[in-house]
Amino acid sequence: MWKTVLRRILIMIPQLLILSLLVFILAKMMPGDPFTGMINPNSDPKEIARLRQEYGLNDPVWVQYTRWLGNMFHGDLGQSYIQKVPVTSLIWDRAVNTFWLSLMTVVLTYLIAIPLGVTAGRHQDEWQDHGVQIFNYITYAVPPFVFYILGIWLFGFTLGWFPISGSVSADVNPGTFAYFWSRFYHLILPSILCSLISTTAIVQYLRTGIVDNKVEDYVRTARSKGVPENVVFNKHILRNSLLPIAAFLGNTITGLLSGSMVIESVFSYPGMGKLFLDSIGQRDYSTLTALILLFGVLTLIGNLLSDIIMSIVDPRIRIK
Amino acid sequence: MEKQSDLLLDIEHLHTAYRLHGKFYDAADDINLTLKRNEILAVVGESGCGKSTIASSIIGLYDHKNTKVTGDILYNELNLVNLNESLFNKIRGNNIGMIFQDPLASLNPLMKVGDQVAETLYYHTDMDEKARHARVIELFNQVGMPRPEEMYEMYPHELSGGLRQRVVIAIAIACKPEIIIADEPTTALDVTIQAQILDLLKEIQKESHSGIVLITHDLGVVAETADQVAVMYAGQIVEKADVKTIFQNPLHPYTRSLLHSMPQTDDESQDLHVIHGTVPSLVNMPRTGDRFAARIPWIPASAHEENPKIHEVEPGHFVRCTCWQSFHFQDEEKKG
Amino acid sequence: MADEIIEIKNLKVHYPIRSGFWNRVTGYVKAVDGINLSIKEGETYGLIGESGSGKSTTGKAIVGVEKVTNGQILYKGVDVTKASNRKKLNYNKDVQMIFQDSMSSLNPRKRIEDIIAEPIRNFENLTTDEERKRVQELLDIVGMPSDAIYKFPHEFSGGQRQRIGVARAVATHPKLIVADEPTSALDLSVQAQVLNFMKHIQQEYNIAYLFISHDLGVVKHMSEDIAIMHRGRFVEIGKRDQIYKNPMHIYTKRLLSAIPVVDVENREQHKEDRQRVEKEFLQDQDKWYEKDGRVLPLQKVGDRHFVALPKDMIQQELKEGE
Repeated sequence: MWKTVLRRILIMIPQLLILSLLVFILAKMMPGDPFTGMINPNSDPKEIARLRQEYGLNDPVWVQYTRWLGNMFHGDLGQSYIQKVPVTSLIWDRAVNTFWLSLMTVVLTYLIAIPLGVTAGRHQDEWQDHGVQIFNYITYAVPPFVFYILGIWLFGFTLGWFPISGSVSADVNPGTFAYFWSRFYHLILPSILCSLISTTAIVQYLRTGIVDNKVEDYVRTARSKGVPENVVFNKHILRNSLLPIAAFLGNTITGLLSGSMVIESVFSYPGMGKLFLDSIGQRDYSTLTALILLFGVLTLIGNLLSDIIMSIVDPRIRIK
Repeated sequence: MEKQSDLLLDIEHLHTAYRLHGKFYDAADDINLTLKRNEILAVVGESGCGKSTIASSIIGLYDHKNTKVTGDILYNELNLVNLNESLFNKIRGNNIGMIFQDPLASLNPLMKVGDQVAETLYYHTDMDEKARHARVIELFNQVGMPRPEEMYEMYPHELSGGLRQRVVIAIAIACKPEIIIADEPTTALDVTIQAQILDLLKEIQKESHSGIVLITHDLGVVAETADQVAVMYAGQIVEKADVKTIFQNPLHPYTRSLLHSMPQTDDESQDLHVIHGTVPSLVNMPRTGDRFAARIPWIPASAHEENPKIHEVEPGHFVRCTCWQSFHFQDEEKKG
Repeated sequence: MADEIIEIKNLKVHYPIRSGFWNRVTGYVKAVDGINLSIKEGETYGLIGESGSGKSTTGKAIVGVEKVTNGQILYKGVDVTKASNRKKLNYNKDVQMIFQDSMSSLNPRKRIEDIIAEPIRNFENLTTDEERKRVQELLDIVGMPSDAIYKFPHEFSGGQRQRIGVARAVATHPKLIVADEPTSALDLSVQAQVLNFMKHIQQEYNIAYLFISHDLGVVKHMSEDIAIMHRGRFVEIGKRDQIYKNPMHIYTKRLLSAIPVVDVENREQHKEDRQRVEKEFLQDQDKWYEKDGRVLPLQKVGDRHFVALPKDMIQQELKEGE
């Protein structure tokens, strides 16, 4: 199995190279360079030209590309055009924030979705099922930003239970329990709202899985052995229905990245999604390219993770 | 000689009805059957005739919301009809074992086949894990699986069709049940494997003195394995006799027509015999008169009983309706 | 004597097995491994085999839906393993297929009229009226009522659907129909109906069949020439009587002895015979097959009767047969 994983990782290298090439070409086509914004009426055009020469901006494109790629390998993602700080440090803080938000969201999504899916599947076509279906239609049909704004309005403004923006209060010091608590407190509302709206696919997968598996021949075999009904459900039906959900976990990571853009900008939460949107707005192309590459890597890792999970839980597609 | 204790199953006036569009329709209509120890009882008929309904009624595995079962299925003076589920779970797998048609679909794809056999033992014996493992190996040997220790760890998809069906049989016989119900056990298998599986079933029966209810559509399989035969058409038993009588002296028009339409008994240059019309669906099934009458329209209505009963025409040979007395094939009429 | 409509020479269909770190081809599954057969105009060639024998792959290769690794399929003397030749000869119109599973081979969202008319539309230009008339004729041939054209596949029983499949296959007046287990999913009485229709249509339109089945009784009823396939090759070919009355290869004997017989009196005898053949088959594998388990080359043992056995064994078998 590890051989296959290693091979998959090796295959990722050309995929990433192609992605990086595309991103580089895009960045080159965009207006602006590291000296954008430095030019003011007082600066000497000759000085700018000298700096351009020094930074290698007049080199052939492929030389620039290999240098850029080399820097990337060493963890140097370049300078933000706008913020004038290294992109790496800019992304790092945001990545940590997004990581915690995503983790909370994933955990909550599964905690909400699995019981709902099980209820709907178990009580197919009964009122419990209809209830879950209505919930599903709502979370599917309502646009996320409308849902988030409604949530902020209700729980943030009207009831005042949760903070509505940022990742931590300004008046707490890092390292204290109050700081930790404040960060957690800031995560609750966005992660609950985000997970509620992310459950649709999982609930539906699980419900369909249970409904389909219930009438499978092997379930009948289990009953013919005299296995009690609740064991039949948990050991045979549910376990087999959870398969596609487990594989879904890898894809969830990819989905959360795109989802983070909406939730983070609605909540003014300083994460990667918001950074991405801000970078677009400010035409901060160096940050943008770094983020696109990062998202690309995470997507590939997510897919790989899905395959690995699938091969662990399903003996039929176990990688040899 | 036959003793009272040799009687394993006594099915009397069994009606099993399914709910379709809000109404109940009898899929098995007034079934009377007995199964004795050391006997293979074949229930034979075409799809939709109700033969599998009988199997699921005996073992109590049907959708309880949409199925209505009445009548008696007596097993050791215990009536299995509408039996309490927890009581039934003590019988299923323990006193009654079941073998299904499709061996791949009948096994849980995520469980090792050995564990699937051991699961039966877990619910019906006091064996500890080690003893269960040993018993599974013993069973795998009994059903003719090579390298049983290795097989225990395999998943269903890793085995061939024949081996999978042996696993299913091992599950069914794990607790040495008195009754084995085999629902089309060889239909999904190649002929050579089919022969081996049927031999195995007979062997098991001889050793354990159990009774087997064999549900099948294949008259060849019936001729090769059964002791007693019940032929079903449209939810009813139309003929019942020992296997020799059914094949050597079939009386009911349906039995005769079926045997007549088999390719292997036919002259190749001639057309195969076709039974006129089609099998009625459950909803459209005639509930009065002879249900087979529409398939033999050249036989006058007066030849049929108004309310066809099953008659014992000779000792141990039962035929529904009196129309068999005046039955002849359509082409025979032309000749005559 | 009738002309040969199709000739298959040394047909091979191999699937690569990939494994190892670089996913390189490390071997082949030889689904079909060098078979020769020819089918005559208006006649039925029976192909018998168990699951995994390569019989269905052979059928698919002939209609051109399976890529041929090696060998030739000659139609009117031209090799049709090349797609360009198939088009030139109208091969896809002249060769049709009937499948086992009539439910999944008919589009559930199309009316019967469109299902049957589809091959006609692909190959001919007919007006709507002409087309409808043709569809009605076809339904009439397979004994279906004329109002069937407005219905959908799910409104019919399995036997009726299979007859619709037959109607669709004959719509373009094909010269050859590959029938892959056409009645395996049907009840006995319905099977008889479909087989009868297939025979009638054959007589009326002079169609040749390649009749693929695992059911020896059905093949015996349908075909004069029969081939027994095992492990991608033919173990025995011959006329009906040669195969059924004088089988020479152990595998043919094994298959024949495994068919359940409606002869209650002699079933114990039959069982003993079967188990004896099975034992012989398992014991002396290298006597009947090559060292690596492959089927031996075919040797002529009689007029149109060939068997895959070593020459010395054939002599012995022939003597025993006398």
